[in-house]
Amino acid sequence: MRSIRAAAVGAVTMSLALAATACGGGSSSGGGSNDSPKTLTYWASNQGASIAIDKKVLQPELDKFEKQTGIKVKLEVVPWSDLLNRILTATTSGQGPDVLNIGNTWSASLQATGALLPWDAKNFDKIGGKDRFVDSALGSTGAEGKDPAAVPLYSMAYALYYNKEIFADAGISKPPATWAELIADGKKIKAKGKSPLGAEGANVSENIHHVFVFAKQHGADFFTADGKPDFTNPKIVDAVKQYVDLMAKDKVIPTGDAEYAQNQSVSDFAKGRQAMLLWQSAAANLKSQGMSEDKYGIAPVPVQSGTPGTGAQTNSMVAGINLAVFKNTDNLDGATKFVKFMTSDAEQKILNTAYSSIPPVKGAQSDAAFNSPSNAVLKQTLATSAAALPQVADESQFETAVGTAVKELFADAAAGRAVTTDSVKAKLEKAQQQMPMK
Amino acid sequence: MTTTTLKEPVRGSSTGAAAPEQRRRPGRIRRIGLPYLLLLPALLLELLVHLVPMVIGIVMSFKELTQFYIRDWGTAPWTGFGNYSVSVDFDAPVGKALLHSFFVTVGFTLLSVGLCWLIGTTAAIYMQDTFRGRGLLRALFLVPYALPVYAAVITWVFMFQHDNGLVNHVLHDQLHLTDKRSFWLIGDNSFWALLITHVWKGWPFAFLIVMAGLQNIPKELYEAAALDGAGMLQQIRRITLPSLRPVNQVLVLVLFLWTFNDFNTPYVLFGKAAPEAADLISVHIYQASFVTWNFGTGSAMSVLLLLFLLVVTGVYLVFTSRGRRTGDV
Repeated sequence: MRSIRAAAVGAVTMSLALAATACGGGSSSGGGSNDSPKTLTYWASNQGASIAIDKKVLQPELDKFEKQTGIKVKLEVVPWSDLLNRILTATTSGQGPDVLNIGNTWSASLQATGALLPWDAKNFDKIGGKDRFVDSALGSTGAEGKDPAAVPLYSMAYALYYNKEIFADAGISKPPATWAELIADGKKIKAKGKSPLGAEGANVSENIHHVFVFAKQHGADFFTADGKPDFTNPKIVDAVKQYVDLMAKDKVIPTGDAEYAQNQSVSDFAKGRQAMLLWQSAAANLKSQGMSEDKYGIAPVPVQSGTPGTGAQTNSMVAGINLAVFKNTDNLDGATKFVKFMTSDAEQKILNTAYSSIPPVKGAQSDAAFNSPSNAVLKQTLATSAAALPQVADESQFETAVGTAVKELFADAAAGRAVTTDSVKAKLEKAQQQMPMK
Repeated sequence: MTTTTLKEPVRGSSTGAAAPEQRRRPGRIRRIGLPYLLLLPALLLELLVHLVPMVIGIVMSFKELTQFYIRDWGTAPWTGFGNYSVSVDFDAPVGKALLHSFFVTVGFTLLSVGLCWLIGTTAAIYMQDTFRGRGLLRALFLVPYALPVYAAVITWVFMFQHDNGLVNHVLHDQLHLTDKRSFWLIGDNSFWALLITHVWKGWPFAFLIVMAGLQNIPKELYEAAALDGAGMLQQIRRITLPSLRPVNQVLVLVLFLWTFNDFNTPYVLFGKAAPEAADLISVHIYQASFVTWNFGTGSAMSVLLLLFLLVVTGVYLVFTSRGRRTGDV
């Protein structure tokens, strides 16, 4: 009898415990607080060649921060393939990091969720004011007319990387400045048995970055001024077709690249199989793959004609990483301090040197370290000829829909199927229909 | 599951307390209540792990749960059947894509289950006779099933690569079967790449289950059949397959459900945006909710999938068990 009673008591206790834990989740709702002032959790994006390298770069800086403020920062480097999902999950559950890196193109989408702390004048004052940052970088921190959802951390731009040896072999004296020149050079390179240009045809985000620039060069935007998708605009169709034609018609991108999605084109370039690469801040990545800096040259991404500039002369997106504070943080003051630390001139120099990116902070950008020839090209591009991707709430959906359309067009080109104005238009029409209705 | 576990302890306890009639009422109630009380933790866990998420999923499907509302679900507006009508409007792009994905999945599932079962059963029957190295072979056959999914599938990704993949190397460079290298991970071939990978990964399970089933068939049956002059094929048709019927009934159902719902294989093979030819429904739903940030529509599609699988399972069970009852008689 006693054992039965014991069992019954046990069962009831366990049930109660279960019920209690079930209801226990999600208690920390609402805005930020300062409940745990001594610790911070930081999600860093994967900037180096591997996660281990990121930890090696960041940990000494976090230790420095702990020495200064007594706040311990727990670091987690999140791979790109997981980062957006992790942020979405954190947003939904309210349980997330205190400070996090976001791809700057996600700023407006994440801003719309309301999960990130808005950087109003008061918050900006805590980190030294808005005018410490470069304007082009601030253009990718959220929708126009709203307080930024994040502050710029690293800036990057696309450039044309070319293998000096292959160029010399093929008798090319200077890197191509227009697409026509690139195609002409491509023929000479192919005659030497090398592949001219690489692309990540199955990588949705890479596709978007390129067709965005082509669209700019055709004088068109993927969204109308009031934020509606306008993918079937004839100029957009031409722009997308011109990019896919680099494989389909001009044959400067090998068909095998249609299935690349894991940066294989960077490896092809580093191994000397491929003459050119359009990439953002690739120096550190190439170095880790064993290609030394004297082996390759760096030039601005080609334009249709003339020289890079604004409007139709745009030749890169404003690429980069922003630093955001999660609104549900339980250490708001500490998080702000950490943002101030990471965007300080001294830290900006150290971090951007390690990642071969450009500091979005004016005070750090003028440092001699960022005046090397390769950085000069990136800096020049960012300052004069880079444009921000559309800062609309549907940006993330746009990347998926249009990026997938371009992926499918590359697959067509690779399979030897014709890529025509009509087939491009049909794919873009489908992409547009997948966008959320309003 | 819960019903069977419910019955057993009740019976057990009433026989254990032999003469309950004379006892006081509360005592009796207590004794009858005890088994239920003991079940309570399991029941609560079941609720917590299975039912609550399911109910939340169903509730989500009636809400407009887009990026603007995910931070605070409560504020998301109700849309009634809005998400469902979008999903089943087969003239509009979302519904059309879902329908396409559904047909691809059905075709894929039928082929995959059929092949898994066929290969698994054949292998199991061949492994029935004792011969040297049988244990080794059996163990070897189970390797694909034992490997972690990600590691196994990523190996296939390398083999299916266009430029350096093993498959193209064998088919094109060595056997000269194709006039140029084929793409396996994009375009139309991706369906076959997916099927091959999935069957390779799935058949050892069929093999394992059928092998276990074969151990229960008495040897005498085969000996008697052999005396009567039945050949190998006749023996398989008249003895092996009918005896395996109950095993197969469960096996095919489980294989069907797993294959229809499989997410890992296509996701690792193709990433977030699967090629149209291999656009399985689970990845499609994932894309509809996570990649486009529309969790309401994603949930509605999941609920539709759940209903479909429930119907198929129900119909299947009704038909197979009716067949078996008459068969047993």
